[in-house]
Amino acid sequence: MQRVKHHEPVNEYEREPVPEHALLGLKSYVGQFSGEHVAGTEIMIGPLFIAGGVSAFDFIFGLLVGNFLAVLSWTFLTAPIATRARLTMYYQLEKICGRKLVSAYNFANGTMFTVLAGAMITVSATAWGVFFKFSMPELTDTLPTSLGWVAAVLVTGVLFSVVAAYGYRFVARFANFAAPWLVLMFLAFGIIGFREMGLTRLSDFWHVASTEIWKGGEPLAGRVKFTFWHVLFFAWFCNMAWHIGMADLSILRFAKKSWYALSSAGGMYLGHFMAWVAASTLYAVQLKHDPANTAVLPGPLAYSACGLAGLLCVVIAGWTTANPTLYRAGLAFQSLHPAWSRFKVTLVIGLIASLTAIFPIVTMRLLDFVALWGMILMPMGAVIFVDFWVLARIGLQRNFAESTGCSINWAAGTAWLASIAVGTWLVLRGGVQIYFVSLPCWFVTVLLYIVLSILMQRRALAASLHPKTAQ
Amino acid sequence: MKLIAQIVSGIALLGTIAPPVLFFNDRLDLAGAQRWMLVGTILWFVTAPIWMEHKTE
Repeated sequence: MQRVKHHEPVNEYEREPVPEHALLGLKSYVGQFSGEHVAGTEIMIGPLFIAGGVSAFDFIFGLLVGNFLAVLSWTFLTAPIATRARLTMYYQLEKICGRKLVSAYNFANGTMFTVLAGAMITVSATAWGVFFKFSMPELTDTLPTSLGWVAAVLVTGVLFSVVAAYGYRFVARFANFAAPWLVLMFLAFGIIGFREMGLTRLSDFWHVASTEIWKGGEPLAGRVKFTFWHVLFFAWFCNMAWHIGMADLSILRFAKKSWYALSSAGGMYLGHFMAWVAASTLYAVQLKHDPANTAVLPGPLAYSACGLAGLLCVVIAGWTTANPTLYRAGLAFQSLHPAWSRFKVTLVIGLIASLTAIFPIVTMRLLDFVALWGMILMPMGAVIFVDFWVLARIGLQRNFAESTGCSINWAAGTAWLASIAVGTWLVLRGGVQIYFVSLPCWFVTVLLYIVLSILMQRRALAASLHPKTAQ
Repeated sequence: MKLIAQIVSGIALLGTIAPPVLFFNDRLDLAGAQRWMLVGTILWFVTAPIWMEHKTE
């Protein structure tokens, strides 16, 4: 997963192109991407691949290729638009879709951020279970398992929420200090995990990996079998809302050159390769010691490998990720009603996130939730893509809402909702797993937005030329 | 002061990653590695704020 940006450059030049003097160099992006993809949720995601019965080849090569495709998506889809338009995603979307439709997008975005913050609270709350021996959720649990668990989640959630509301900046600074240490801690998880699995020489890596850690075979009860394609598409689409969904236009608009987006490779291969490999190795160690213990609990997993430092890693990774996530969720909801206090909105969002965190269903189904997030938010990225590259070439008006003054671009809105409907149908009725639906949905959105724009703009043109007959 | 903090921070990061490597090579037991990692962690969080650049908004 992606840590939400700590530097918050989106607060500058929100409604104008970034000027020449404010552009950033490659070094800024290398640091930013590398630090921000080692999040608390990585400790949760890594083990879920083993629960899916993935084999070593499928896991390692699926991650290598999927992350490469994610880097290419940032480089060839997001960055070229970001460095040409130099506008935030929200402003660009407002020019295309109109104020009301952007509000709907913000609502969806805020909701997903809130649920994600809940998952981060869950991750950190598992640390309490190491010292207080209350019953924690199993892999198949959807409801809270004990009063102790509920109390641990609520205490963690309230603490995170109050800090996010009061001291966002302090935690953001703390997160910057923590970033290099977190990367090394994940590396330490991997080194200790591999040694515990019996690796003594690097030349034995593949043998141990394929026969002891990612053995393939049947998934655990209730889990989907993960193949090469599952891993590839999950790794590629894990941050789909940011690259293909264009949310990172807000970040990359500061880049001097569009190829700086290649620096996303640092984040992908540290966070979504090394960290997932390391975290999943810890889970393999747990299963080796007790095959019946299938619970994915980051606190105990990290503690067994790295002791108190490991436990601190879980708390700090969860806290520093939940903080900006709650803040972003607060901003998204506040944008619906700018008069609301950001402080109060963040507190309320934090409490809602804490309530969702009590129910382990989202965290134990984090892979599905992340895929769902991509499916819901990605279509707006496809709309921006078409609007930027295609509409003018086929003689249509770009930035339709801005040029006509309308508050809802119905072509964009219908394409967005239809894409979600098609994706939902494919998952529920079409037998397509959620990890794969976003790719066809991107093409559905592109096609629909072009066709609907032609129809809508011809009608608008006809209405302006012949106002009486059009009525 | 800043230079000393930077040097200690470097040692702290080394203290975080060297123990697992020593454990991997059977030069240190797991409990010992965990203890040294905790020392490295504490040192890092004490010294890093002294010199690390703050680029928050």
